[in-house]
Amino acid sequence: MNNFTYYQPQSVAQALPLLENRWGRVELLAGGTDLLDRLKEYVSTPERIVSLTAIEGPFREISAIPQAGQPPKVTIGAGVRLVDIAESKLLAPYPALTTAAAQIAGPQIRNMGTLGGSLCQRNRCWYFRDTHIQCLLKGGRKCYAHEGENQFHAIFTQGHPCVIVHPSTLAPPLIALGATAQIVSPRGNRELPLEKMFQAPSKPDQREHTLAPDEILLSVTVAPNLPPGTRLANASYEVKQKVTSDWPLVQAAVAFAIEPGSQRARNVRIVLGHVAPTPLLSPEAAQELEGKVVTEATAATAAAAAIQGARPLSQNGYKVPMLKAAVKRAILLAAGFKPDWE
Amino acid sequence: MSQPKQTGRDGITRRGFLTGSGLAAATVGTLSSTAPAALDPSSAATPIAFGPAPVRLAFTVNGRPVQVQVEPRVTLLDALRNYLDVTGCKRVCDRGTCGACTVQVDGRAVYACTLLAIEARGKDIRTAENLAQGDTLDAVPAAFVRCDAQQCGFCTPGFVMALRAALDKNPRATVAELEQAVAGNICRCGTYEQMRQAIAQLVRKEG
Ligand SMILES: Cc1cc2nc3c(=O)[nH]c(=O)nc-3n(C[C@@H](O)[C@@H](O)[C@H](O)COP(=O)(O)OP(=O)(O)OC[C@H]3O[C@@H](n4cnc5c(N)ncnc54)[C@H](O)[C@@H]3O)c2cc1C
Ligand code: FES
Ligand code: FES
Repeated sequence: MNNFTYYQPQSVAQALPLLENRWGRVELLAGGTDLLDRLKEYVSTPERIVSLTAIEGPFREISAIPQAGQPPKVTIGAGVRLVDIAESKLLAPYPALTTAAAQIAGPQIRNMGTLGGSLCQRNRCWYFRDTHIQCLLKGGRKCYAHEGENQFHAIFTQGHPCVIVHPSTLAPPLIALGATAQIVSPRGNRELPLEKMFQAPSKPDQREHTLAPDEILLSVTVAPNLPPGTRLANASYEVKQKVTSDWPLVQAAVAFAIEPGSQRARNVRIVLGHVAPTPLLSPEAAQELEGKVVTEATAATAAAAAIQGARPLSQNGYKVPMLKAAVKRAILLAAGFKPDWE
Repeated sequence: MSQPKQTGRDGITRRGFLTGSGLAAATVGTLSSTAPAALDPSSAATPIAFGPAPVRLAFTVNGRPVQVQVEPRVTLLDALRNYLDVTGCKRVCDRGTCGACTVQVDGRAVYACTLLAIEARGKDIRTAENLAQGDTLDAVPAAFVRCDAQQCGFCTPGFVMALRAALDKNPRATVAELEQAVAGNICRCGTYEQMRQAIAQLVRKEG
């Protein structure tokens, strides 16, 4: 790891002037579980590290505000640790999020890693992470995964020069729940739907997220706006090669409202994880389920719609049926079915 | 207070190693810095710049206040092992995936290889050395001994620290919870069955 100058500002206001308007010379540090790996591999060689770990207050807290007839509006500071998301009582109405957090890596990573770090972490492609390989994202001329070892890469590859998968397990459930991101920069505050915070990068001055290099993610807010009288159903389901300490091979996160009486699903959102360069909203799958009662059959139809358009690479065709199963199971779990597949 | 800037890729200066390992020559306080803040010096709000030259850090290790002078890039694991001679925590993957370096920082189990030493300023660090008082072993390593729950033993300090942290957090942790607590640790010798037995004994004892 190259050496650097280290700063530990006490507030976001103190941190902002330390950032630059281009990527490379400065890195923000939260739990360090992604950044230290990149530093050790010389994939990131910043001259300055700005630690967010001394910033107290809302940046480090989960807060909930009751909403009439709705699940609570919760705001999770970017500095909140994964373990505290997994164990939060305030987040109990959002099992899609808490179960996803509880399954990330092992306890040590969850004790260190943060929400902000999970959403802003860089991809895990082995070509990107190898300091000796100049891939597209490091200014090289090609993405080696297209013809190389690509068993863990994207299956939704159309139009993507670089076929990484987005590595965050928290992004899919948050997007399914309609979360918004609160962002600050020297130019002021802005807010955007979380799905707009991600992009498929293809060159060195792009990251997997759309934050500018001088912006800081402050928090993420979930504030459901369900049709009156309905209740929220949500779940995340992932398939891993190893039970722990591994990223999912595929993940599906779903959220919808269930009408009383008819039991029909409304406002369906289905997000696919670890199968595309961004967390991927699937309007096709959501549309299949919209207005239907969740059964094995309707869940399977939605799942079949989710994999339409998948164009796997040479080694990762296995992910397609796996994703289909994950979508079906996430829908059934959300609707309260007992998992009979474990 | 300034230190030589020339360093190798591993982040250890010869001078830094010598002074650090002796724990000597320390002034009080954890905020000593060697480089001026690079930004707007007129703003009192600009935080202090630490490094890139070695910075004097203070924290407690197994209840003992210590100081160490290291560059900002030195991990807590390397500071403990190479500068403070606290070698219970092991360096195996150095990438946050195997658990051999597990220590408690303010009670929580973390990977020391994935935390910068400079981030541990003022914190309470506990390593496997903390699990013995003279000849008296803590319940966790004692159960490992009874169950013969190690072969080469290189992973053991990490496993026992992960279990200690879990039991500190919840002394009534169940078998399933303790197995989850060591899910971030790997044993290459594969002594998992004996570790299961040790966990079963710990639950019976503490539960
Ligand atoms: C063995 C292993 C398994 C893992 N498995 C998973 C998994 O299954 N799913 C998953 O999602 N992750 C996984 N991770 C990745 C894990 O690093 C992240 O989930 C973790 O949350 C990162 O948080 P951090 O605070 O440690 O990030 P850091 O390493 O501190 O930061 C990561 C990046 O985010 C940026 N950043 C951090 N906070 C902010 C902010 N507030 N504003 C702007 N930028 C910010 C940093 O500049 C840096 O570039 C795994 C990691 C390991 C080592
Ligand atoms: S040495 Fe730290 S996790 Fe392996
Ligand atoms: S006993 Fe040898 S690695 Fe675990």
